[in-house]
Amino acid sequence: MKVLVAVKRVVDYKVQIRVKSDNSGVETQNVKMSVNPPDENAIEEAVKLKEQGIATETIAISIGDDKCQDVLRTSMAMGIDRSILVKSPNTLEPLAVAKTLKKIIEKEKPDLVLMGKQAIDDDSNQTGQILSALINWPQGCFVSDLKIEGQKVLISREIDEGIENLETALPAVLTCDLRLNTPRFASLPNIMKAKKKPLESIEIDSLDVDTEAKIKVLKVVEPPKRKAGIMVKDVKELVQKLKNEAKVI
Amino acid sequence: MTEIQREEMLYDVVIVGAGPAGLSTAIKLKQLNEELSICILEKASEVGAHILSGNVFETKAFDELIPNWKELDAPVNTKVKSEDFSFLTKNKIFKIPNFLLPKTLQNHGNYIISLSNLCKWLGEYAENLGVEIFPGFAASKLIYDESDVVIGVQTGDMGLDSNNNPKDNFEPGINIKGKVTVLSEGCRGHLGKEVIKKFKLDSKNKSPQQYGIGFKEIWEIDSNKHNLGKVSHSVGWPLQSDTYGGSFCYHAENNQIYLGYVIGLDYKNPYLSPYDEFQQFKTHPEIKNLLIGGKRISYGARALIEGGLQSLPQMHMPGALLIGCDAGTLNMPKIKGSHTAMKSGIIAAEVINNHIRNNVELSSYEAEFQNSWIYEELNQARNVKPSFKWGLIPAMIFTGIDQKLFGGRLPFTLQHKHADHESLIPAKDSKKIDYPKYDNEFTFDKPSSVYLSGTNHADNQPCHLVLNDKNLSINYTIEKYDEPAQRYCPAGVYEVEFDNETKKNFLKINSQNCIHCKTCDIKEPSQNIEWLTPEGGGGPIYSGT
Repeated sequence: MKVLVAVKRVVDYKVQIRVKSDNSGVETQNVKMSVNPPDENAIEEAVKLKEQGIATETIAISIGDDKCQDVLRTSMAMGIDRSILVKSPNTLEPLAVAKTLKKIIEKEKPDLVLMGKQAIDDDSNQTGQILSALINWPQGCFVSDLKIEGQKVLISREIDEGIENLETALPAVLTCDLRLNTPRFASLPNIMKAKKKPLESIEIDSLDVDTEAKIKVLKVVEPPKRKAGIMVKDVKELVQKLKNEAKVI
Repeated sequence: MTEIQREEMLYDVVIVGAGPAGLSTAIKLKQLNEELSICILEKASEVGAHILSGNVFETKAFDELIPNWKELDAPVNTKVKSEDFSFLTKNKIFKIPNFLLPKTLQNHGNYIISLSNLCKWLGEYAENLGVEIFPGFAASKLIYDESDVVIGVQTGDMGLDSNNNPKDNFEPGINIKGKVTVLSEGCRGHLGKEVIKKFKLDSKNKSPQQYGIGFKEIWEIDSNKHNLGKVSHSVGWPLQSDTYGGSFCYHAENNQIYLGYVIGLDYKNPYLSPYDEFQQFKTHPEIKNLLIGGKRISYGARALIEGGLQSLPQMHMPGALLIGCDAGTLNMPKIKGSHTAMKSGIIAAEVINNHIRNNVELSSYEAEFQNSWIYEELNQARNVKPSFKWGLIPAMIFTGIDQKLFGGRLPFTLQHKHADHESLIPAKDSKKIDYPKYDNEFTFDKPSSVYLSGTNHADNQPCHLVLNDKNLSINYTIEKYDEPAQRYCPAGVYEVEFDNETKKNFLKINSQNCIHCKTCDIKEPSQNIEWLTPEGGGGPIYSGT
């Protein structure tokens, strides 16, 4: 079984992000970038499937500029066998990402596609779903537990009421929740080995995908600052204020 | 836990710390002999993320290392255009005429830079030469052979829980061995501290080492008030005249100013809070005026090494060299350590290359160091810092005479009297200091500052701030010094809380807040706190600092 893992390079989750002074977006210059955290869970799961003898080959794919090589090297240091970088000068929207992935899937013919449930930069949570529709494969989203038995895929996902257990069949698109596993650390010897693993570059233009942006960003602003709280003397004053000032009751 | 099998990697040279000193060593080594295999371990999650510095940069060593850096687009762009030095009182500012200032305080020809960005650039430069840099891996222990020669370092174990038991993702550290190990961890590196003690590297020093704590904030200010290339320094308010310290304010690119404060850690009053002195400084009318309408975008703090030549330890030992601020090459009167750190790295590379190729002893480092401009520079600077034990005004007059009239060549050497941890006087003999409340416009509390540093440590890991005697704070320090850790720590790591069971105060350590400044390791009056490396990749994420 071949597993394809989609990996996005995003601003590191520990960085305090800052809106650019011209409100055109978020500052990414000289900012630490890393693998999108739920994508790390997808990588970990793929590597585990390989270790369990279920997967025969694991491939990571990322779309972006040359710098995305670093997240692919990290993926391979964690145990992914080889990777593909689709070079694109622009940041793509989920639809274009899914269309690009579709082209790669047609070529690589994986049995399972794993990715994070959403990226922490735009929080779209769309790529997996769109992809499954485009290639007409079953989808499982927010997977927090996964078992593969033959062609059977058993997944659990957390929903408001509790845990939902579902069964589907390969091939499938699964998006991973943070609870699925604990991603391993890449060890130094594995980082060295990853430098020698194959990394293939493909120009996005060669894939004949419509990458045009469908959404126009007007302005990016910081959330409004929270006002400081006030102390009230008694319940009466509190009710007064809630009624007349906050106008919530 | 049973003995772990550790993997091993071999290199010609193993360097600890990707700062200006370590990176310069690596780059120079590759220039001298591209065949050498070199690795650099860096505890930050990426190169530059633990680098915090003023910084007005003297390019002397950089010119020697990479003469064509201008063509290569190094992030060294903003030439110093104007500068002033002032004395502050609570509401007033007195500018000291430039012609009275010693040469060391004049910055013509220097650049305002972000050292963090420069290190990032140097890191890429080094990698292109074939140096292997491993960010996110802390060198936690030194490895010695049976005759006590340093033969490499062990990286920290990853994925241990707070009781030192392996978690699911446990990844044991590995042994990285080299023909030569270079310690360039920056001020008060924990391996540097170990080798200074083990090999008695400071036994011939005339003075104990001296340290300071430096703060830096980056503000984006109103472009009308911004004056690209302007450098300002001040002494005086809010510090009392018996405390060594002062401010800096550099107008950098993108309407940013680098605003900071440095305070000598030899201060006496345990109630003094370096953090609050810095916050208070920003409420001076002159500074406030600059900040109105601006926005604070970054905060950080780091200890710096101030002892100079009198406190400089021997820099070689069997199998290893100790360089840069890890040894103490900073030039205090110039308030600059980057160019000297880089030069100490360049010399290290020459000595190591000679050692590997021609078997010349590492001890030749000392002579090479003494014959270079770095020694001459530190020699001229040597009397400035110790003169401040007389108080601000006499020291400034002395410094004027020493630096201006004699060019630092007075025929005697002043010594530092005490180590910084010995300088506190008991709380009962000290005056409490009431610092003003934070206004959230110019001054901020520690948690919101620490938030801006981006610091983070994986939770449920062993505490990296180790108390040698767990009860010393309860039995002694809280009462005698009113536990100064709660004030000297710039990140709110240490808090004194009341334990309802024992009915006693105790010292709470919020190690996840730590921004790796090392001040606690330096200032704790009984030297009871050991700063060890946390899990690799932890700590602040500075950028542009």
